[in-house]
Amino acid sequence: MSDGPGLESLVDQTISVITNDGRNIVGILKGFDQATNIILDESHERVYSTKEGVQQLVLGLYIIRGDNISVVGELDEDLDSNLDLKNLRAHPLKPVIH
Amino acid sequence: MLFFSYFKDLVGREVTVELKNDLAIRGTLHSVDQYLNIKLENTRVVDQDKYPHMLSVRNCFIRGSVVRYVQLPPEGVDVELLHDATRREARGG
Repeated sequence: MSDGPGLESLVDQTISVITNDGRNIVGILKGFDQATNIILDESHERVYSTKEGVQQLVLGLYIIRGDNISVVGELDEDLDSNLDLKNLRAHPLKPVIH
Repeated sequence: MLFFSYFKDLVGREVTVELKNDLAIRGTLHSVDQYLNIKLENTRVVDQDKYPHMLSVRNCFIRGSVVRYVQLPPEGVDVELLHDATRREARGG
């Protein structure tokens, strides 16, 4: 992730977004603007729970309003393919409290 | 503007950013913008067992609006310089 601030360097890459309500959405970054509104293609949500492994829900093309975004992470494909999501258990992330 | 300039001087340092959802992410400060959005490189979540949600993320963008604290390296803080800068800003110039 070179360049200056902003998300230019992540366009057309797979990213992992954490939203203010604690959800984790993974998809390909197609666009963004000043307010961090983002367009994700081929996206899916990863639902964490302590009862079972990580569930993946297909969402497709998604737009997320910037106000609702906490973190945009560059997903390392190698690291990600080594994750054993089916057996990964964790509490869902807490929502952001301003 | 003061804190924007201040964080720009910290680029390249190792910092820990604590978010308003209690997640704490440690990494090398890569860049900051006018909204105090922060980009970190070589990141790891401080409590990975409790928060495995970012295990496959090594570089990330954190929205300024969700930052609660930025923990700085002690040598990154020049108290005299900050004193002068805050007084100058308080005087309006």
